[in-house]
Amino acid sequence: MSIKGKAYIAGIYEHPTRLAKDISLAQIHAQVAKGALDDAGLSKDDVDGYFCAGDAPGLGPMSMVEYMGLKPRHVDSTDTGGSSYVLHVGHAAEAIAAGKCKVALITLAGRPRAEGMATGTVPRSRGGTPTPDEPFEFPYGPTVVNMYAMCAMRHMHEFGTTAEQLAWIKVAASHHAQYNEHALLRDVVTVEEVVNSPMISDPLHRLDCCVITDGGGAIVVAAPEIAAKLKRPKVKLIGAGEFVKTQMGGKVDLTYSGARFSGAAAFAEAGVKPSDIKYVSIYDSFTITVLMQLEDLGFAEKGKGGKLVADGNLIAGTGKLPFNTDGGGLCSNHPGNRGGLTKVLEAVRQLRGEAHPKVQVKNCDLALAHGTGGSLGLRHGSTTVILERE
Amino acid sequence: MADTKERKLPAPAVSAETQAYWDAAAKGKLLVRKCTSCGEAHHYPRTICPFCFSDKTEWIEASGKGTIYSYSVMRRAPVPYAMAYVTLAEGPRMVTNIVDCDFDKLKCEQPVKLVFKPTDGGPPLPMFTPA
Repeated sequence: MSIKGKAYIAGIYEHPTRLAKDISLAQIHAQVAKGALDDAGLSKDDVDGYFCAGDAPGLGPMSMVEYMGLKPRHVDSTDTGGSSYVLHVGHAAEAIAAGKCKVALITLAGRPRAEGMATGTVPRSRGGTPTPDEPFEFPYGPTVVNMYAMCAMRHMHEFGTTAEQLAWIKVAASHHAQYNEHALLRDVVTVEEVVNSPMISDPLHRLDCCVITDGGGAIVVAAPEIAAKLKRPKVKLIGAGEFVKTQMGGKVDLTYSGARFSGAAAFAEAGVKPSDIKYVSIYDSFTITVLMQLEDLGFAEKGKGGKLVADGNLIAGTGKLPFNTDGGGLCSNHPGNRGGLTKVLEAVRQLRGEAHPKVQVKNCDLALAHGTGGSLGLRHGSTTVILERE
Repeated sequence: MADTKERKLPAPAVSAETQAYWDAAAKGKLLVRKCTSCGEAHHYPRTICPFCFSDKTEWIEASGKGTIYSYSVMRRAPVPYAMAYVTLAEGPRMVTNIVDCDFDKLKCEQPVKLVFKPTDGGPPLPMFTPA
């Protein structure tokens, strides 16, 4: 069974806040749910499937189901970190195709900024029963940034990738963010400004890192017969893929991500190829994340990603491969330290023709959204969806 | 240059499955788990081989020689430190730190040798320093 054509993105919403001091976590989940249902033209009572991940308060989906007064007959709280919500789109389509639900709601919320969390620079133990890997990693001080930095270091060593090439990714994101009134960082930056920003963990500078923001977002995935009755432009899911990449028992290879497999699966299901894609939303926790994923998804040969992203090639209007036209996680939003959901949102805006006019891709009828959750350098969940305007 | 003398290292959580690994660390030895069915060594150590799923695994003592696969100097920490993956002579790559050296001179593929650094109330951690 394929999910191709079995489900549509019927509603989307991104919370405008980037600092949620006076809003609770549950409240954000409910606000974004309401926003996405309003966008779709559906009501809470239409929802019969609910999807959330580890950012939701409580055990799995239960607290949020109760808080929002939902009555789902299908739930899924699979957590692959920041990529969970891209995965949820695929899983929602599977559930819809199997007749388990017709209107699936996916929510994300987080308040790391309000809580003063040092997201990237402090090693974190998850607490409770240690994971089997924890004793062999945590005492050494792995942080989000230094584990991604090790991928960048190896990429530079093997392929000659440069700090300037990585910087171009941030530069492109900043060109897009200037048009997003909600973006945390709206100033256009230069390659020089990126490589001269303070070194956080070699070779990643401060401006190679994404923002830390509060907020959230939601997606409504609907069965074809539901989507047919709605007034919004129709965005169809035609392919999805997921993969968990690990240290492979010590056969560690930092030069590629699980996108190699999740992307291949999604492209095969969709029956399209990278050169067909008009717009890409690519997880941008760090500049290196973007570069590696673009290679692994097939937009460049392995090791040639530096050339692909350089010289403004990712900038909408002038570049060949416009990416993250909302400013992405690097400039706009990384709600709850989980950037997968917002990747789907901007892909849907592009396909609907509802991106900012300055960054709207012409005739955008085919888009890809991809997430990397967890740690690129330790273990991560890669999830890909391919969406088509109907 | 900063090293672990100024850095308080948290104690690793020891389990029955990995007790021998940490007991050996306390004696200055690094153990690697090897499968007698498929012959592959792996890290972190498990009783069931992650390659062939055989339960016929045993401890071997590592030579302590390796090379840096990748590294990153965490500059934005109270005491900067060098995170690394080291490729052991026995095969597996392990998460570790490079210590007692000039961080600015580190390179991928650089040969390193085993040292141990004390933790806060637990067994010492295997780390590496330029050979």
